[in-house]
Amino acid sequence: MGKILMKGNEAIGEAAIRAGCLNYFAYPITPQSEVAEYLSRRMPEVGGVFLQGESEIAVGYMLFGAAGCGARVFTTSSSPGISLMGEALSYISSAQCPAVFVNIVRGGPGLGGILPSQADYFQATKGGGHGDYRLLVMAPDGVQEAVEMVMMAFPLAEKYRNPVMILGDGLIGQMMEPVEFPDHLKSEPSNKDDWATNGMDTRKSNERNLVKSLFLNAELLEEHNRVLKAKYDRMKKEEVRYEPYNIDTDYQVLIVSYGIISRVCRTAIDNLKAEGFEVAMIRPKTLFPFPEKAIEEAASKDSCKVVVSIELSMGQMVEDVERSVHGKRPVQWFGRSGGDIPTPEEIIDVIKSFVTL
Amino acid sequence: MAKTFKKPEALSDQHTHYCPGCTHGVIHRLVAEVIDELGVRGRTVGIAPVGCAVLAYNYFTFDFQEAAHGRAPAMATGIKRVRPDLVVFTYQGDGDLASIGMGEIIHSANRGEKFTTIFVNNTVYGMTGGQMAPTTLPGQKTTTSPAGRDVEDVGMPIKIAELISALETPAYIVRQAVIKPKYIVRAKKAIKKAFQYQLDGRCFSLVELVSTCPTNWGKTPVEAIKWTEENMLSYYKLGEYKTPEQFEED
Repeated sequence: MGKILMKGNEAIGEAAIRAGCLNYFAYPITPQSEVAEYLSRRMPEVGGVFLQGESEIAVGYMLFGAAGCGARVFTTSSSPGISLMGEALSYISSAQCPAVFVNIVRGGPGLGGILPSQADYFQATKGGGHGDYRLLVMAPDGVQEAVEMVMMAFPLAEKYRNPVMILGDGLIGQMMEPVEFPDHLKSEPSNKDDWATNGMDTRKSNERNLVKSLFLNAELLEEHNRVLKAKYDRMKKEEVRYEPYNIDTDYQVLIVSYGIISRVCRTAIDNLKAEGFEVAMIRPKTLFPFPEKAIEEAASKDSCKVVVSIELSMGQMVEDVERSVHGKRPVQWFGRSGGDIPTPEEIIDVIKSFVTL
Repeated sequence: MAKTFKKPEALSDQHTHYCPGCTHGVIHRLVAEVIDELGVRGRTVGIAPVGCAVLAYNYFTFDFQEAAHGRAPAMATGIKRVRPDLVVFTYQGDGDLASIGMGEIIHSANRGEKFTTIFVNNTVYGMTGGQMAPTTLPGQKTTTSPAGRDVEDVGMPIKIAELISALETPAYIVRQAVIKPKYIVRAKKAIKKAFQYQLDGRCFSLVELVSTCPTNWGKTPVEAIKWTEENMLSYYKLGEYKTPEQFEED
């Protein structure tokens, strides 16, 4: 199959089907409603489940129920809707069920706006719901990578029995790009007989399964939270993904940027290179786990004078960048947060201003 | 000597955490008997609520999921949609279903989700210590209505069976009580009918069960049953509110 031109939201829906996920629950919200529209047509064609829930709260628990009984399941939403799903994310994480959530981020807080944003970085990587839990968070920089990440997300969710979040943005959802779909995912859903409520008759063992998150005993709750932490620690070892750019030069500035804005940074880096001014970039592809070591190493290069976090928020990822750099270089931030995407020229000016400081 | 009164296979051998005189135990047994009689234990999934029955799964011997407060119908929807072959039921109290979970129950009922809801109405939030519920009777004292429920201030109690049966879609809506043998026999029949309708592929069924909470009412179990019969049954009228047969006759 060659490349086809496809809108991001529709490509995300198609990618899930090709990943073997035939169960989708969602609630309409701009700028991701095309996923639901697309799948309302496609799921019946492939014998899958499509249901428009009554709210994002309910949709979160439809995923919990479906994932709990062993089905591959996903939803898509946008920022205010993901806030409402925060409760379910906490429960699903605690109950250790695999599920995939796609956030086509729009501006906030509150109703905010419907234009692209990365202001849900904290929500995705630090919480959103209550309690000691983490999501595995992946951030695509365009439609092609969104497709690839959606297809990776299901096996990862099953590997860790944990929700995986794809953090996109309104631009990736709305724009059309040429996209090539990888082959259908070969991996069968993992064996869930030892924990899922798929009905005792379907299992060899006569033990019933419980999907729960209540641990009234302090010791048992702590033990449970240690089990969860061990999974998150394993993610930090095995799932860090990032892309270095122009890293083999004597760069003066290291940019850390992810998602759609990283593509503007790339153009800025190319244009600066033409001027003889070397700038490198680390683009985190996973936001949790965060590529801390890669950033620290890149920042430590002798030529590097400053590290700049460039993001579509008022300064969220910059806290993780600071944490990664360990004070070895000054860390600056530049961001836009209303929905406008800065031009390469704007980024070039910002970079230069930090170097002449 | 042969045993003539046996514990249903669907019921586990556990000491109860419910208070003396609480009717959850009766309802658990009725549900377990029905599951045994229908022979569906191996493909049943229950959804436990938040409230006193959050630990309901300790008393049953089949698969269970535990919901967040009020969300059991959404979870049951998720399960039943992706696994229509499973027998799915939610077990919910009045705070869970009639307050925080009102959106989920109404829409599950209205979509005609093919699961069964056991709704336990004892007029108070039991687990949190007896606060006012949407079903608390007018004038009834609770820890958050110490002078008695003031209907001028917070409205009249919600009649769930009537409310849900006003929807066109649901298949079977019934209210029974679990306070005396004559009521319990009818309650069992209602529960069995509800599960049978689910097995027949009928859509949503709900059994509301008028129940007691002696601890939070500050009554002995015997007083609680007397109070229920004298005060609740005139407001929460027992009977079938909606049946699929009636719908077909229309």
